[in-house]
Amino acid sequence: MTVSSGELKKARIVGLTGDEAVAQAVKQCDVDVISAYPITPQTIIVERLSEFVANGELDAEFVPVESEHSALSVVTASALTGARVFTATSSQGLALMYEILYITSALRTPVVMAIVNRALSAPINIHCDHSDTLGARDSGWIQLYGENVQEAYDLIFQAYKIAENRNVLLPVMVCLDGFTLSHTLERVELIDDQDALSYLPKKLCYPFPINPERPATYGPLALTDFYFEFKVQQAEAMRQALSVIPQAMREYEKISGRHYYFFDAYGLEDADVAVVCLGSASGTMRYIARELRKEGHKVALVKLTVYRPFPTEELVSALEDMKVVIAMDRSLSFGAVGGPLFEDLRSAFYDHEKRPLIGCIVYGLGGRDLTPSDARSIFKYGLEIAKTGMVPERVKFVGVRE
Amino acid sequence: MSSKPGWREIPIGAVLLEPGSSVKVRTGDWRTFKPIIDQSKCVRCLLCWIYCPDASIKVIDVNGKVDHVEIDYEHCKGCGICERVCPRNAITMKPEGE
Repeated sequence: MTVSSGELKKARIVGLTGDEAVAQAVKQCDVDVISAYPITPQTIIVERLSEFVANGELDAEFVPVESEHSALSVVTASALTGARVFTATSSQGLALMYEILYITSALRTPVVMAIVNRALSAPINIHCDHSDTLGARDSGWIQLYGENVQEAYDLIFQAYKIAENRNVLLPVMVCLDGFTLSHTLERVELIDDQDALSYLPKKLCYPFPINPERPATYGPLALTDFYFEFKVQQAEAMRQALSVIPQAMREYEKISGRHYYFFDAYGLEDADVAVVCLGSASGTMRYIARELRKEGHKVALVKLTVYRPFPTEELVSALEDMKVVIAMDRSLSFGAVGGPLFEDLRSAFYDHEKRPLIGCIVYGLGGRDLTPSDARSIFKYGLEIAKTGMVPERVKFVGVRE
Repeated sequence: MSSKPGWREIPIGAVLLEPGSSVKVRTGDWRTFKPIIDQSKCVRCLLCWIYCPDASIKVIDVNGKVDHVEIDYEHCKGCGICERVCPRNAITMKPEGE
């Protein structure tokens, strides 16, 4: 997100936590059905929404359910009627939704779900890492990651715009880091209610809304002769999303003055070493990148906002002139080549002429702080690789006790 | 396989826009045992018609009255429930191909 100074309506500036900001955005999107089950650190999102519904600020059905499995089932089925829907969860809640995650995307329902990133049990932990959503990267959902509370707010509107596009019709996860964003009060500029509504598609975007006048079958059996075709349709929708997403972001800039893209780059123009990361770590990393650049080190930071679909071509052309790229993973893929972000990035470069050396840093599991000195050591690690021309460890853990 | 529509030609999300199209699926192909009705024992009580989970018992009326029952072999999966519920042992499951 970068801010442009244009002719815009004067924004209302408020102090909100990440959870409150998401609830505020969902209210402004005029959703019809909300269903959720409370789980820390997401709870405040749906608490606020239930208040909005209870006191008449939002005309929506709020369906309390007995589990996350049911919550996602309710909103998926509601979306089939053409309703605009919302749910939210974290960690174990997302894990319990797994069966329905694949159904939501395969039924092509434009569900928007906020995920407040939290580590998965065991041991039980309520703090942030990305193992919950990164584990769901193959479930057919679009995934957007916010760096700060403003982005979490803004991405909700863009999520509906993308999800409800006729060429996409896929569910979207808006991910925000647990506690670091969800429970931290920040300055947020709200967009105008009318602007929000005119930005969003007209309701009833789903092409075959359930209608007793026109009976149809949803979720039927498709075996060896048809299943494959439906999966290719989903792959195609993800491909379409790659062109719809930047368009949705450009249109959002017109009403908000805030610029979004697949990723936000700082310092790439003359850098040798770029670090790529997701979420709130970007703030610390950018701050340290700025310090290091003042000291004469050519480093850059790329904050990835869109993780699925993975913007392969765009990232490759942005990073091809780097000597070294460091992927920062806040999750582990046990027994894999490296962290998920690392694997995607490294694979993206395989058949490209210019290939930087690519390293993997795993950090921040279970909410472990990423300190400025950790951030500095990560850039120094990249600079060292640039000097020696060799990646010493395929996966390097930062911030863990030996 | 090539006679079936490609992925661009079918509605997204596997939605079936035509109601009642399941009748086109020949579930009779799944059968390994085939129910055979002995019409001389059958008293037309229609218990088999009530219990059949696939609506594969056809009641044949003549002049508005039940004349006899037949099996819809295109859709009968051969579950054998009709044989179990028949109070007159008028239905026998026989292996396909016999």
